[in-house]
Amino acid sequence: MVDEELRSDLQKRGIFVASFEDLYNWGRKNSLWPLQFGLACCAIEMIATAAARFDMARFGAEVFRPSPRQADLMIIAGTVTKKMAPLVVRLYNQMPEPKYVIAMGACAISGGPFKEGYNVLKGMDRYIPVDVAIPGCPPRPEALLEGLIKLQKKIEGQRLFGSHRARHADAGDPAEYPVPAYGAHDLEPPLNPALFKPRPVRRDEA
Amino acid sequence: MTDVLQAIRAALPAATVELINNPGPGAQHSLLVSANDGRAVAKFLRDSLGFDFCSNVTGVDWLPRKVQETVSRKESVEGAGKEIPETVERDIPGFLEAVYHLYSISKKSGPLTMRMRTGDRAGDVTVPSLTPVWKSAEFQEREAYDLFGIRFEGHPDLRRILMWDGFADHPMRKDYAAPDDCEYEPTPHDETLARVKARQEAT
Amino acid sequence: MSPDRTIDVSLGPQHPSTHGVFRMNVTLDGETVVKLRPIFGYLHRNHEKIAENNSWLASMPYTDRLDYICSLTNNWAYALAVEKLAGIEVTERAEYIRVIVGELTRVQNHASFLGFVLGDMGAWGTALMYAFREREKILDLFEALTGARMMCNYMRFGGCRCDLPTGWLDAARKLVEGFPAFLDEMEALLTGNEILLARLQGVAPLSAARAINGGMSGPGLRASGVDYDIRKVDGYGIYNRFHFRVPRGPAGDCYDRFMLRVLEARESLNILKQAISGIPDGPIINPKSKQRGFRPPVGEAYGRIEGPKGELGFYLISDGSGRPYRYRVRPPSLINLTLLEELCLGTKLADVMVILGSIDIVLGEVDR
Repeated sequence: MVDEELRSDLQKRGIFVASFEDLYNWGRKNSLWPLQFGLACCAIEMIATAAARFDMARFGAEVFRPSPRQADLMIIAGTVTKKMAPLVVRLYNQMPEPKYVIAMGACAISGGPFKEGYNVLKGMDRYIPVDVAIPGCPPRPEALLEGLIKLQKKIEGQRLFGSHRARHADAGDPAEYPVPAYGAHDLEPPLNPALFKPRPVRRDEA
Repeated sequence: MTDVLQAIRAALPAATVELINNPGPGAQHSLLVSANDGRAVAKFLRDSLGFDFCSNVTGVDWLPRKVQETVSRKESVEGAGKEIPETVERDIPGFLEAVYHLYSISKKSGPLTMRMRTGDRAGDVTVPSLTPVWKSAEFQEREAYDLFGIRFEGHPDLRRILMWDGFADHPMRKDYAAPDDCEYEPTPHDETLARVKARQEAT
Repeated sequence: MSPDRTIDVSLGPQHPSTHGVFRMNVTLDGETVVKLRPIFGYLHRNHEKIAENNSWLASMPYTDRLDYICSLTNNWAYALAVEKLAGIEVTERAEYIRVIVGELTRVQNHASFLGFVLGDMGAWGTALMYAFREREKILDLFEALTGARMMCNYMRFGGCRCDLPTGWLDAARKLVEGFPAFLDEMEALLTGNEILLARLQGVAPLSAARAINGGMSGPGLRASGVDYDIRKVDGYGIYNRFHFRVPRGPAGDCYDRFMLRVLEARESLNILKQAISGIPDGPIINPKSKQRGFRPPVGEAYGRIEGPKGELGFYLISDGSGRPYRYRVRPPSLINLTLLEELCLGTKLADVMVILGSIDIVLGEVDR
């Protein structure tokens, strides 16, 4: 890490100093390529964000790639049903590292208004790790841009070495997650226990 | 509706067709057709009465229920015949129902509601498919099979449409119990809170 | 490759041109389609089952999410079906407001359609940017009126949720006056365009008899030459007060389906002009109708409207309690796809996307 005072002092003299990590993260965060993956209503707001008024291109995320092999950001925009969930996990597995997931909208976070449904997956974080969650139904384009900026800040702070290094720099961290199978009544397994550790519910009795 | 019924009875006298009254302001009465005559009545409606557009096909699950009816019983009281009203409870067994809404585009009229009932909700769940008469029924009958379990005999491709092929239940039935996956509820309340607490105490 | 040298391709559900999570198993002989099996259910969100546990009013926000581009017409169809079920009358001002927001929804749906179908043909992004620029102006009006851009949840049984804010009608009038310029711009670029004509004309013609038997409704039906518009046939709301034409196509091919929507958008602007100038003052909801704790009488009803995608209907069975016994959505997008295989047989793989685009589906409605 470069000392900030020294950095600004040198900058005034026209010398730009950066650490390798900063440069690497700066390049990555300003050119995130989202996967073209709209599931439901939130997809329309995602398209509106990429359209002329809200313009996601300002933040570098203009190039939506149809193929997961060329994308590094998956914006899960819409309800993930149990029929779709294995395919989402497979698409995530096909993305090369470093990869990030934004859960856009209430449905991707926890099932949303359709939570009682028998075919609705109650949150995509049951099977894949989610980096940023954007609440809303649907979240406004400004909210999606805020979520994207938050992700960019997260990428900015990622370290490549040391004990708190980023997931993709850690050889021990899995890059691919097991794909659930269609069971007779539900997906098998209904969640990934290594990934989804729900907090105990604490509600005071009235 | 009554003239349609009369036309059907005139053309197909052997068919079992009755008028089901629809209470309430909607007043959209329907024709109940027996499963054996479904295809013939449908063809007659399409070819002779001009109902060329089958707009909506769906299933309904009717659980066994008790119905209270008031019947009058004749009794002899003190020598004179008298009619005494009596409330009688009748058991109606459960069945599945396929409901068709038909319109006539050529005559710009409709809707005509046609219903077919299955024998019960367990083994006798077959009704004839009307896909050979109106192709628009194809996907909707598959959906009624998928979600209710009604088997449509004569359907060109009867398999599940919305749920995956290995799914074993018929989710729109009234007695379907969804899998219990409430491990994490952000804002639980009422019965969901009780269920989540019970589950977390068990583990 | 199979012994008869055909190739099976699975298109979707993650695909840039399938309008959502729609999957097709296409069997190709070279580039020609010999078999096409659509696979649905990737967005099956159990709307009908959830509605059986909801009160009648609580299902209204769920109807927004059916055809998620056109939430206000979905609201209208549901409110109309419930009003038919319970015999509720709608106030006059509310009927005018319903027509205004309904036709605005139709206009922005057809504008978005232009963008999407051009994307399916390979002009990815360009027409969509123009279409969404206009759509944003209409969404501004919706947001000012209902509080939300997309999921408006605006209709109630017997009227609308809230009245027009001051200045809304003037803003709407200005938008309606300026909109034909956008349609003219798009037509100048597209209607006589050689590439568009080569890709759309003569592709998948649909005869009137097949369209009717196959359940096609909406612009797809009228493009095949059938004179059937539910606004004229059923005369629901106050549509019989407005003078508008119903365009019809000659051949029912993709070009007719495309052009018909442009013409329909122009007719909608016509209706809007008449409605905005004729709207009376008055209450916006029937004071006798209850929203919360609403219990319609026992019975059933099927109510339908001419939605932008086709005939959107609701079949409701009430058992006298505060929850529906059966709540069924008649989805125009699913039923319009009944003829998809028939239309695609014998065409090339690139045509399949164009045909699917010209039918104009939304997966929220197909799978519910």
